[in-house]
Amino acid sequence: MGIVRIILLRVVYAIALLLAVLVLNFSLMHLAPGDVADTISQSMGGADQEILDEIRVSYGLDQPFVVQLWRYVSKVVQFDLGHSFFYNQPVTKLILERLPATLLLVITAQIAALIIGVVLGVVSARRPNGVSNYIVTFIALFGYSAPVFWTGILLLITFSLNVHWFPVAGMRDVTIEGGFWVHFLDVARHLILPAVTLGSIFLALYSRLSRASMMEVLGSDYVRTAKSKGLTSNQVVYKHALKNALSPVITLAGLQFSAVLSGAVLVEAVFSWPGLGTLAFQSIIARDTPTILGILFFSALVVIVGNLLTDLALRLVDPRVGGGK
Amino acid sequence: MANLLEVKNLRIELTTREGVAPVIDDLSFTLNPGETLSFVGESGCGKSMTALALMGLLPEKVGRVAAGEIRFNGENLAQASDIRLREIRGNDISMIFQEPMTSLNPVFTVGEQIAEVLRAHQGLSRKVAWTQAIELLDAVRIPNAKNRVSNYPFQMSGGQRQRVMIAIALACQPKILIADEPTTALDVTVQAQIFDLLGDLRRQTGAAIILITHDMGAVAEMAERMIVMYAGRKVEFGPVDQIIERPRHPYTKGLIECVPHIQGDLTSERHDLVEVPGIVPSLREFGKNQCLFASRCPYLTDQCLVARPTEKVFDDGQTADCWQAEAL
Repeated sequence: MGIVRIILLRVVYAIALLLAVLVLNFSLMHLAPGDVADTISQSMGGADQEILDEIRVSYGLDQPFVVQLWRYVSKVVQFDLGHSFFYNQPVTKLILERLPATLLLVITAQIAALIIGVVLGVVSARRPNGVSNYIVTFIALFGYSAPVFWTGILLLITFSLNVHWFPVAGMRDVTIEGGFWVHFLDVARHLILPAVTLGSIFLALYSRLSRASMMEVLGSDYVRTAKSKGLTSNQVVYKHALKNALSPVITLAGLQFSAVLSGAVLVEAVFSWPGLGTLAFQSIIARDTPTILGILFFSALVVIVGNLLTDLALRLVDPRVGGGK
Repeated sequence: MANLLEVKNLRIELTTREGVAPVIDDLSFTLNPGETLSFVGESGCGKSMTALALMGLLPEKVGRVAAGEIRFNGENLAQASDIRLREIRGNDISMIFQEPMTSLNPVFTVGEQIAEVLRAHQGLSRKVAWTQAIELLDAVRIPNAKNRVSNYPFQMSGGQRQRVMIAIALACQPKILIADEPTTALDVTVQAQIFDLLGDLRRQTGAAIILITHDMGAVAEMAERMIVMYAGRKVEFGPVDQIIERPRHPYTKGLIECVPHIQGDLTSERHDLVEVPGIVPSLREFGKNQCLFASRCPYLTDQCLVARPTEKVFDDGQTADCWQAEAL
């Protein structure tokens, strides 16, 4: 099967899946008590039944559930996620403004966790009784058991309040002026603490898995063959063993992508990172249904794209996936 | 002619949870250029350990050469540095393994796996090494080598994979090829093809072969001399024909009797297939000063239980480590 066909097929699946997510999200939201009218009337300081009904009519909430669902879905298909009454902006615009910040955070954390995790895993697999092994075990235990927001606050206190190495919150310093690189460095400085916080859980996961995977591969017959060819031990480890050991790590990383995204909500809240997580947090507090639905929709989209990329990466690493050329 | 390989009083120790055990105990033998020497014995007798020791590939931290010498062209490999051993592995001494299904790396093409060893030892460029890989595939009789060279191992059968392993092992025209039960995992018909191939390639390249097997039929066909191993010790050694004709050790005798049809004219004396009763003793027993075969031996005497048998020499260099060897 050609790679183009596979991608096309995946896109078709993805669209079907997105529709299902859309319907499910909308239904769940509908089941929850309270609606936009309640929230609006609350912010007005209370309203009588007449005004409530009026609001419901103007938002189409008086219609039967199926009609409301149909209206919503047909609008989303045209990339219209509705209007946020809380921010008084179209939801699509709202999300697209925040999405880059979240993607930057999530992808940085994910890639850093993957690379550092694999390196730590390989190093400790080569010396199962060495110091590095204990370091990896410690990092893994810490990263996995410490709650993200706590790690975040701890890092903030240490590196922002006590030693002033990094800014406390936000994504950029509005007082800074300069060219592209000045801004780039500014964003990078803001990014480090949130990315470290978010990456810590996943670093733990990836280093443990790549260590286990590497240990197994190092004991395999083909690694013995590679040694018997007279290759250097670096060639044996980084060429023959690593490429095989990576498959499970990549698979896990793909599966964890959704977890990274939900982890971002907490991290963004701690660091006031202006991304989807903060937006989600605020719109949940504000009961801003269209925005919440929109964010859920975009999260599903990001996860599906992430999974597709994982699949393609696996094909690059292991020719057996998909039956070869 | 000078010996290509000379192993003297080799002792290999394995560290297990129960202590240190000699998996190879006082093993000596020589290998001449171009000859085939066969190691025979049940599983767990130390045949593969001998092979790994020759390659310098004993399991790290678990196995070590405790005493003795492995002289390859006069150079003691037991004392050689890692760098020197790496130069020799795959170049002067190479090895094919038991499990063709898992011995090739699944994520690289067979061509890359052959070409790699050429690049490592002969400094060939990628292009030249790839061309040679195609020639080698052709030499091990894989049809349509030009296209198969970019196949991955999972696209090949077990027999074909073992041919690829042979191509890798012979790529640098080694002086010694160690074949560790090369056909155990294969169909009987494919086994015969692989042995044919090994025989032909030996004639073409002049490589000496150390054939590790428990297939007496293969030994009779392929090898000039054989060593029978039992529980880490050499129990019998000599020319293959002579040993099959007149084994001097009860274990060898038992092994030969296990093989149907090898003694074609003796069927009147031997109606049924015979087995060697019992099993190889556990590693803990290996160091004991007694005959380790005693518990399974039909010719057992008191002496066997109190002293390790000494080597007795017969005609044409046949030797047997058994107190009863003369009587057998």
